[in-house]
Amino acid sequence: MLSILRREAAAGCSDAVLLRERLRRSCAAATARLRGYATAAKEMTVREALNTALDEEMSADPRVFLMGEEVGEYQGAYKISKGLLQKFGPERVVDTPITEAGFTGIGVGAAYYGLRPVVEFMTFNFAMQAIDHIINSAAKMNYMSAGNISVPIVFRGPNGAAAGVGAQHSQCYAAWYGSCPGLKVLAPYSSEDARGLLKAAIRDPDPVVFLENELIYGERFPVSAEALDSSFCLPIGKAKIEREGKDVTITAFSKMVGLSLEAAEILAKEGISAEVINLLSIRPLDRPTINASVRKTSRLVTVEEGFPQHGVGAEIGMSIIEDSFGYLDAPIERITGADVPMPYAANLERMALPQIEDIVRAAKRVCHRSVPMAATA
Amino acid sequence: MAAWFRRTRAVAHYLRRNNGCTPSSSRGILVDCQGMPVPAAVPMPVVQPLESVWIGRATGRISPTRFPIFSAMRFESTRAEKHLESLQEVEDDDDAQVLDFPGGKVTFTSKMQFIPESSEKRVPCYRVLDDYGQPTEYDFSDQVNEELAVKMYTDMVTLQIMDAIFYEAQRQGRISFYLTSMGEEAINIASAAALTDDDVVLPQYREQGVLLWRGFTLQEFANQCFGNKVDYGKGRQMPIHYGSNKHNYFTVSSPIATQIPQAVGAAYSLKMDKKSACVAAYFGDGSTSEGDFHAGLNFAAVMEAPVIFICRNNGWAISTHIREQFRSDGIVVRGQAYGIRSIRVDGNDALAVYSAVREAREMAIKDQMPILIEVLTYRVGHHSTSDDSTKYRPMDEIEHWKMLRNPVNRFRKWVERKMWWDDKREVELRNNIRNQVLQAIQTAEKYEKPPLSDLFRDVYDALPSNLHEQESQLRETIKRHPKDYPLDVPV
Repeated sequence: MLSILRREAAAGCSDAVLLRERLRRSCAAATARLRGYATAAKEMTVREALNTALDEEMSADPRVFLMGEEVGEYQGAYKISKGLLQKFGPERVVDTPITEAGFTGIGVGAAYYGLRPVVEFMTFNFAMQAIDHIINSAAKMNYMSAGNISVPIVFRGPNGAAAGVGAQHSQCYAAWYGSCPGLKVLAPYSSEDARGLLKAAIRDPDPVVFLENELIYGERFPVSAEALDSSFCLPIGKAKIEREGKDVTITAFSKMVGLSLEAAEILAKEGISAEVINLLSIRPLDRPTINASVRKTSRLVTVEEGFPQHGVGAEIGMSIIEDSFGYLDAPIERITGADVPMPYAANLERMALPQIEDIVRAAKRVCHRSVPMAATA
Repeated sequence: MAAWFRRTRAVAHYLRRNNGCTPSSSRGILVDCQGMPVPAAVPMPVVQPLESVWIGRATGRISPTRFPIFSAMRFESTRAEKHLESLQEVEDDDDAQVLDFPGGKVTFTSKMQFIPESSEKRVPCYRVLDDYGQPTEYDFSDQVNEELAVKMYTDMVTLQIMDAIFYEAQRQGRISFYLTSMGEEAINIASAAALTDDDVVLPQYREQGVLLWRGFTLQEFANQCFGNKVDYGKGRQMPIHYGSNKHNYFTVSSPIATQIPQAVGAAYSLKMDKKSACVAAYFGDGSTSEGDFHAGLNFAAVMEAPVIFICRNNGWAISTHIREQFRSDGIVVRGQAYGIRSIRVDGNDALAVYSAVREAREMAIKDQMPILIEVLTYRVGHHSTSDDSTKYRPMDEIEHWKMLRNPVNRFRKWVERKMWWDDKREVELRNNIRNQVLQAIQTAEKYEKPPLSDLFRDVYDALPSNLHEQESQLRETIKRHPKDYPLDVPV
């Protein structure tokens, strides 16, 4: 039976020691490994979190199976499915030929007829070759078939920028999938997020797009004892307040949560108390939580990696205007990736992505501390 | 150059077959710097190019075809390898040179020869009845008895009449769209007759006859076309997008060929459940150009999925003639390219279609393999009500197929010759069906449209809060402005 963990707003972050450790971890380079500090909880990388979640869900329900390129013998392109082929066999962990459109279509067909596939894309950039099946065959099918054909499928894989992989490997698809009725779109940050949300996604009867991030796979986070239980699950559609504050609300998802937390730390030194919200669920968006926070702080900065136009921040901004316009004390600011295909050169790539300084400057601007708009390199 | 891998078992097996030559360890054979194996008590072979296994020159005892180059443990599970291994078991000429590579053994040739783009003779087409309904070889009444034959015939006629009248209804503005299966009645009905109700059907959109065979009533067809409140689709889709869980007929989806890989997925599900059933995926000649066709067939072969691919090659994809669609000898030749057993069938011969699909079903389920059936036919009608095909093809071509090559008439001749049908019953049937269809349309038209709540349901499994809000806002607006709301849509 599902035991859904109700997240207290203060959970996990009110302890200063824990917070400092979290920040220290997210500061580290993606590939660096830190020794775990002695805390009450165990630690786990996001990779381990996803692996254990898959393992447990596949053990619990024989209809769940994994398919994708390199998921089997290669142990997963990013080693997320390590050990699963050995444990469950080739019928449950299917290595596919190189055809995203093909294996997504097959996964959808299997879901139509009662299996619960988890389709892995090497990155969501490649999922564009399969997007017809994701949208037209999966997202819309329950509606079009008047409830006769449900599609309990999960599409997962790394999303957004990695490090120096260029334009065709770095796009963030949160806004694209987030606009589509019929889909649920999730974006975990920490290991607990990853575990809880992946389990929820696999158990959900609707199609779920699960956006991971390659650079966080190796990061360690503390996990509570509850999160280690095999029935652990996070509710879909609830955002999490990672850090409480009273002066400005910062919303973010995936890797940007880490940057926002560091920005909050810097802002705290300058006397600005920032509330950082980890969206967790892009669709459905947790409008009540975001609005409640903005009603408390009166200022909002949205942070995302993706392109600015029609982005997640645009949607959040409108949500505030629709529900809490009167509470705003400053215009809403959105920090996004640059409106260019991702360049390759390291210096250019850095300029094309949000940095901690960008978030800090934006927060100061909405708090009416005069800081110019343009970033200096 | 890559090394070639063989399974340890295969190594030991081959070596054992070779007069007492056994490997020193169960795992590996010593390999020298060229990647050539070093057998015990045999001098180092001369340097050889890695492409060939010419060890025979260095040692008299060891046959080149038997001696593996390198062995490694491969994961046991890859079933495909077992298939390829059986190819490798073929006893080759001791002196013939073979290329032993990951895909299996192939013999060499010193003649450079390109495989021609088309073979001299086209793949022949299987048929049972000639153009006049006379059986060419076998009688077939052991497979198709009177009851079955009469049901097949009456359903073909029903399909014909239903299509004609619904088409007219669209022309009169009573429904927004329609698409006929004229000329393909034999394909529709005979293939459906050869399947069982447990077999899952993933249609394209020109297979309403299959649903008709399975028991979908004329009223149910009409309800979907009119999108009324008893439509199983709750008015969500345009006409002819039928779907029915209880008839194992997946809802029609407009994008072309998407159902092909989906069918393989569904077949995989049947395979995992070990059900005695298969999947039948229908599609047209145009669909075979889509990437999904390639991926679906390729996968079906690799996964050994019990699926029958039925390609209705009717000569036209809207205005695109098949010569502009592909340059292969139709679709049947592509089957072998994917490792799939295939057949070409005269699609206007109901008995040929019936027997071929029955046989295919046996093979698909018993041997757990995909089958490709290309049924040749002609699209007598326009692509749909949005098309006027006289704009791109000659009228007399259409007339020729409609009158002289009509599959319904052809089957009728056979049924009549067997004394299972006559003119009187023909007239009765046609009048009857015609009245029923007209009645169904009138009834469907009179029904109310689906209620307002159906707009918001089924987007997700459970109604999300934002849609709940939107619905209540909408209801409020309707209450405030009742005269702006249509009369025939229940709130």
